[in-house]
Amino acid sequence: MRTAFIDTATALLDEDPRTALVLADISAAQFAPAGHRHPDRVLNVGIREQLMIGVAGGLALTGLRPIAHSYATFLVDRAYEQIKLDLDHQGVGAVLVSIGASYDGSAEGRTHQSPGDVALFDSLGDGWTVRVPGHPDEVAPLLRNAATTDDPVYLRLSEQRNTEAYPDASRLLVLRRGLADAPLVVAVGPMLDPTLAATEGMDVTVAYTHTPRPFDSRGLRALASTDVVLVEPYLAGTSSAVVSRALADVPHRLLALGVGQTDLRRYGDPADHARWHGLDADGLRRSISAFLGSVGG
Amino acid sequence: MTTTLPTDSGARLPGLIRRLTGDEKHAPSAHSTIDVLQVLYDRVLRVTPDTVDAPERDRFLLSKGHGPAAYYAVLAAHGFIPDAWLDDLAGPESRLGHHPDRLLVPGVEIGSGSLGHGLGLAVGTALGLRAQGLLKPRVYVLLGDAELDEGSNHEAIAYAGATGLDNLTAVVVDNESASYGWAGGIASRFTVNGWTADTVDGRDHEALYAALTGHRPRHPHLVVARTESKG
Repeated sequence: MRTAFIDTATALLDEDPRTALVLADISAAQFAPAGHRHPDRVLNVGIREQLMIGVAGGLALTGLRPIAHSYATFLVDRAYEQIKLDLDHQGVGAVLVSIGASYDGSAEGRTHQSPGDVALFDSLGDGWTVRVPGHPDEVAPLLRNAATTDDPVYLRLSEQRNTEAYPDASRLLVLRRGLADAPLVVAVGPMLDPTLAATEGMDVTVAYTHTPRPFDSRGLRALASTDVVLVEPYLAGTSSAVVSRALADVPHRLLALGVGQTDLRRYGDPADHARWHGLDADGLRRSISAFLGSVGG
Repeated sequence: MTTTLPTDSGARLPGLIRRLTGDEKHAPSAHSTIDVLQVLYDRVLRVTPDTVDAPERDRFLLSKGHGPAAYYAVLAAHGFIPDAWLDDLAGPESRLGHHPDRLLVPGVEIGSGSLGHGLGLAVGTALGLRAQGLLKPRVYVLLGDAELDEGSNHEAIAYAGATGLDNLTAVVVDNESASYGWAGGIASRFTVNGWTADTVDGRDHEALYAALTGHRPRHPHLVVARTESKG
């Protein structure tokens, strides 16, 4: 996904004089060719993430379309107040593109992990579009779409990926349909493959989206039965409030699966972390089976 | 692009400031900035109420957004906002708050209040103008000396100096508010990073004018305007 981002952003800088890229040393070498061609629009501010977002805000104030990029924890967590004030409060947008989502940086430890990033955007109100692609081929169309607007967009890239791309999944896309009134399982971004594996043989409807904000509330209402399961690659429960609002007048039960709140203080690889957070196929199957089996129990 | 002719708003400002009420807490910071603002809007900035959206206008970013009484009075004196707005500062129907909001006040380039945001935004604005070939407009950003305590400013100072961002002027109004002061002087913190700097009496309009227009090629410029201590 990172390569797809770099290739697409490089092309956008060549094609559209309105686009500008702001870096804080991360991926600077990969963008060096673009920087040679567009020295005024490829800006590396050094290891200065607050300034990176401030500069993005200033660029947007002059009418350019800034793309800012770093690891999620530096881009979002560290510079949160700049996102709130230098973009939101000024009434301007940018495309923020992160890498290292959740436990991609498992071996790097907590300093390089940001499972709470999407929840932080939720704290800013409902203006942000949050894109969580599940496949590298979903990245280019999402980035190109974002570059044509002035809206605030967060594009969350991961090294975890599904086997198939679904570029059109801005709304809930049904990939497996259960019988009438079957429970609905919503998988976001790279959680699709483990979710499909976990629910193999179950009577459930599985729907996929790479765009949790704005959440497809209408699609949710159309597909949901009594039981709804969310499977998200960031903090568990991040979308619970959205789902609860969408189904406020409908009797329902909700199971929200995702990354746990606790810093595990363990290294290992992303597959280990997926297992520890119950987000591998076996863990998901256990959680979903227990939830669905507990009806009336 | 209309160039602002030299005007003298001085006669009107005391009356306009008297119309603003309810911001006593920040009065010292408001009054520390009035001379800089007067010189900027009377004699330096090429922006008028008719050109608040013109790409070629000069930009003035008030980073030190608290105590904006002097700012609002100067905006009224130059016709950016009606005088009547001054009578209901931070009231329920007011567009003027204790911290200015660019979406509510014509001529206000940034919403500010939380310290340490204006200089980063100014750097981005200066870069955005340059990238679009808009080489005439200057970007002025006003900060307080205590505001420089915020680390975000240090990111911007180092980067702007290293890249020779010469369409940018920072104005630091120094009323000795910083908790631990600035050993070696404020200007030294900028010049060591490649800025040019002038330190002047913040009440002396001729000295302020010379400093505010005293930028040199290939360097961002700093004006330290020293005023009486906040005490």
